[in-house]
Amino acid sequence: MVIKVAVAYDILRWEEKALINAVRAAGAEALLLHTEVTTVNLSSEDSGLSADVVLQRCTSHTLAVESTVVLEGLGLRVINSLKTVSIAVDKVWTASVLKANKIPTPVTAVAFSPDAAFRVAEELGYPVVVKPVNGSWGRMICLARDREELRAIIEHRRYLPGINSKVYIIQEYVRKPGRDLRVFVVGDEVPVAIYRISQHWITNTARGGRAVKAEVDSELEDLALRTAKAVGGEVLGIDVLEDPERGYLINEVNAMAEFKNTVRSTGCDLHVKIAKYAISLAKR
Amino acid sequence: MKFRCPICGLDVEVPDDVISGEIVEHECGAVLEVIQYDGGITLKPLEGVQEDWGE
Repeated sequence: MVIKVAVAYDILRWEEKALINAVRAAGAEALLLHTEVTTVNLSSEDSGLSADVVLQRCTSHTLAVESTVVLEGLGLRVINSLKTVSIAVDKVWTASVLKANKIPTPVTAVAFSPDAAFRVAEELGYPVVVKPVNGSWGRMICLARDREELRAIIEHRRYLPGINSKVYIIQEYVRKPGRDLRVFVVGDEVPVAIYRISQHWITNTARGGRAVKAEVDSELEDLALRTAKAVGGEVLGIDVLEDPERGYLINEVNAMAEFKNTVRSTGCDLHVKIAKYAISLAKR
Repeated sequence: MKFRCPICGLDVEVPDDVISGEIVEHECGAVLEVIQYDGGITLKPLEGVQEDWGE
């Protein structure tokens, strides 16, 4: 019987197309769950949806979470799971889980009011990084070098609608060496990592950071796998900072990670590895 | 396959093996998303980056 791997997506990026082709090249059937046209009747006896495993690849965090809710509710196995996706899209939740699992991170505090945000910034010491609860590609991440810059950030945030305006993530500024790391986990392996090199302190390749292959030493591999285990993740892009004194610090976890720059700069066919991992789960 | 551009009304060439969600650019400058449903294909202008988009 042919294994069926579904791919849930909203935007068909290079990654999604590569995954679909890799699933087909491995001899499995690729079922396309384009959120633009997919509906599910939760009251129906038969949803009409069946797959051995689903790869969750929505670009919208909202659609990623909600479509995983629906798919798991139908009894489908989704990579990554609802628990992992939910943790990864919420920076407060991520920080809390990493702390509970003794994963090293930048010093991170959370405040629920502007006054408390000022107090915690004073405790951490400037400069501080201010982050939104939900965000990606470096969006809405700010550097406050002093109280006045923090005041401007908080004041603007305060009058923005939505949850990002009510919770303040205040983090120490890590003096990284002009780069950070994106480390990939697929199952119980760490197949590849890249440095993201940038003159700017926000190094996302989406913002022009340059991808260069990085060696994965045993310490980095162990840390990445422990991080994956902490969030229950199976296919992750983990952002790692290098602190001059403390070494590797886990910054963020991405559950629907992009990887075209990694494939192009390292020659590691991540899309093939992910597709084969998904198929292997179906065979168990 | 040819479909009408929702922006300028002229024909847009879409590959026969198109996948739902693929992006095509029309000569008028429009960036269009191919939506493939049971009844056929439609083109819609691609939305800009939304506030909850990311990895």
